[in-house]
Amino acid sequence: MAQVDIENLTISFGDREAVSDLSISIKRGDRFGVIGESGSGKSLTSMAIAGLLPETAKVTGTIRLDGEPLPADEKAMARLRGKRIGMVFQEPMTALNPLMKIGAQIDEALRLTHERGTVAALLDEVGLIPAHADRFPHQLSGGQRQRAMIAMALASQPDLLIADEPTSALDVITQRTVLDLIARVCDHRGMTLIFISHDIRAVAALCSRIGVMQGGRLVETGTTADILTAPKADYTKRLLAASRVERHVVAPLEHKQALLEVRNVAREYGHGGFWPWGRKTLRAVDGVSLSIAAGECLALVGPSGCGKSTLARMIVGLDSVTEGEMLLEGRAYRGRDLPPLLRAGLSLVFQDPFGSFDPRMTIGDSIAEPLHLLGRISPMERQARLKEAVEAVGLEESMLSRYPHEFSGGQRQRLAIARALVTKPKLVVLDEPVSALDVSVRGEVLQLLARLRREHGLSYLLISHDLDTVAAMADRVLIMEAGRIVEEGTPERLFAQPQHALTKALMAARLPDVA
Amino acid sequence: MNWRLIRNHPSLLIGLVATALFALLGLVSLWWTPFPIEQIVVARRFQGPGPVHWLGTDNLGRDMFSLVMSGTLTSFWVGAAAVVIGIGVGVPLGLAAAAWGGAVEWLVIRISDVTFAFPSVVIAILITTLMGPSAANAIIAIGIFNIPVFARVARGGALAIATQDYVSAARLAGLGNVAISVRHLLPNIMSLIIVQGTIQLSLGILAEAGLSYIGLGTQPPATSLGLMLRDAQSVFLIHPWLSIVPGLAIVLIVIALNIAGDGLRDAMDPRLKREGINHGAG
Repeated sequence: MAQVDIENLTISFGDREAVSDLSISIKRGDRFGVIGESGSGKSLTSMAIAGLLPETAKVTGTIRLDGEPLPADEKAMARLRGKRIGMVFQEPMTALNPLMKIGAQIDEALRLTHERGTVAALLDEVGLIPAHADRFPHQLSGGQRQRAMIAMALASQPDLLIADEPTSALDVITQRTVLDLIARVCDHRGMTLIFISHDIRAVAALCSRIGVMQGGRLVETGTTADILTAPKADYTKRLLAASRVERHVVAPLEHKQALLEVRNVAREYGHGGFWPWGRKTLRAVDGVSLSIAAGECLALVGPSGCGKSTLARMIVGLDSVTEGEMLLEGRAYRGRDLPPLLRAGLSLVFQDPFGSFDPRMTIGDSIAEPLHLLGRISPMERQARLKEAVEAVGLEESMLSRYPHEFSGGQRQRLAIARALVTKPKLVVLDEPVSALDVSVRGEVLQLLARLRREHGLSYLLISHDLDTVAAMADRVLIMEAGRIVEEGTPERLFAQPQHALTKALMAARLPDVA
Repeated sequence: MNWRLIRNHPSLLIGLVATALFALLGLVSLWWTPFPIEQIVVARRFQGPGPVHWLGTDNLGRDMFSLVMSGTLTSFWVGAAAVVIGIGVGVPLGLAAAAWGGAVEWLVIRISDVTFAFPSVVIAILITTLMGPSAANAIIAIGIFNIPVFARVARGGALAIATQDYVSAARLAGLGNVAISVRHLLPNIMSLIIVQGTIQLSLGILAEAGLSYIGLGTQPPATSLGLMLRDAQSVFLIHPWLSIVPGLAIVLIVIALNIAGDGLRDAMDPRLKREGINHGAG
């Protein structure tokens, strides 16, 4: 008998169906992966299994757990959820109570379910040490928080674990260790796993069966091997194709003149204490030197918190250095003091396409904002520049009068690139340009970036923790750890013979390629 | 704001309609009242509600309905002017605190703390001692009280907006703090300010009634709801009706404004708005 049996599940909000006519059956001990893009209804499906759908949702169809339909009574449902189902969410910082110590939270989960385990045993099982029990969530790293979440989920000895994008907020190395942990725990306890992700490689590495969802429908299900080697649905084929990132080689320019030079730059943050003397300083960036040649694509790779975003913010002039200096085309600056005309020569593309446009301004006004740097220009030229920028990223001029919410994530990132290009800069800093996008549009955006680089002779500083993006784009890679650059080389060299321990760890944490 | 929004929030509709009715009642008194409010006819004093005097007459024989109309106007006018003062001074202060940070922020927070420490009545007594009691002084006193409230709301909202990437993008585009505040911060905290404005309007109306009641606000021959209460208090045991009418008017106006404010918050607060279809989708 199947442990989870979903028949003709339809979830709708108002007159919109978010999940339509979904039937899955998951056997005991299965590791079932649900893959799909944002909005495909995969999270809603998992919340329906746990009975956690918002009250506005209208549900038809049946969900059975071990042959028993889910109780309609909220109290019975809560008891069932506490006993049988463990859940791990995407963002452990918001899923944990910030005012309670980790140990107390795990203990609470134990007491509520009257299970016999101890906090120490659970911590040990998820690879944390007993000392972690006395810490608050903000004192743990992202990976440790996710481990604590898993410990809480395990407290009730559940036989079903639902993990909803548990690793997408983590960097590569932590992602791998958390995936390995989930696999180990499921094996050890014989738990059934429902693993929800947009990353087909994470699903492939962890799960024995896969269901592919698109637009609220289950388009294909099968064993992992079948889905990967012989996908039937077109959508699955496209997903698989999109997960293979092609290398976009751009012939480097012969004449290598340094466009940007960063000399011994450091940034310190003071924190803690009102009095100047009890203060501690944190060196987020510690003596970094680098240079980017005209037309080059330099990648900066490192785990979260290594200072790569701080460095990028200083280079584009959002923050100032504590020590050292930077030179753009031979003109020295320290960050915020970057003069307007020089500022027009570099731009930044943000990670999150949803936060990078003012929701109350038309796209056209947002994109035109950097033109301000060029001094007074005529309305005709403004319009011509906008048209050129928008057409360069493959969108139409008519879209300029619309508002951000009318665009998808991929389109918004194209528009963000258009804004970065509108002043015709020489250097574009790309801060995780595709990591917030669905897998299927990542390839397109990377292709667009490569084409723009070729056509406009742009230089890129690419900041990423995703090695595939880096391999696809970069001419040269810098590995950064704790504010310092620890290794440098071409992607081919680094991938083949990593030297530094961090580089080796990064390479080892890569998930195996699919297909 | 559009009609669909109002339809989805019936409490907003009720609150807005009730508020609008009272405001209209007050506005009409500018051109027409059933009887002139200054007209004292001792012969017809203490009349109950009837076909001629709908709400009766007071201890000086003035028409109560005319007084309520005129008093409502005073209440709205004082409350609204005080909100305008609060928004006009408080919002720029709050935006400046969020945009510049550092010493500016420290100063703004300290100033609002100090202002918060004095209730509006104390400020009103101070102003009255200096300039004599009048409706204008009530406006100034309540307005000063409103300033730190709006400064805090604006700063809090703007701080949340200031971490957004589009504000960083504007900085990259070379925009200064003033331009960023006007172009990006202000439009995005407008809904917060409108909601707070409704709440402060109802608080202002209450404060005006209080100040007039203790004789620091509106002075005769003009009238306000608080002044009517003050006139009626000496005869409360014999003629309770005279106190009930202005009292009820104050209560109804404040309730209407609070319902409208709650409705506006539900309708405009993006955190609440996202609940429903986007909640957990994906």
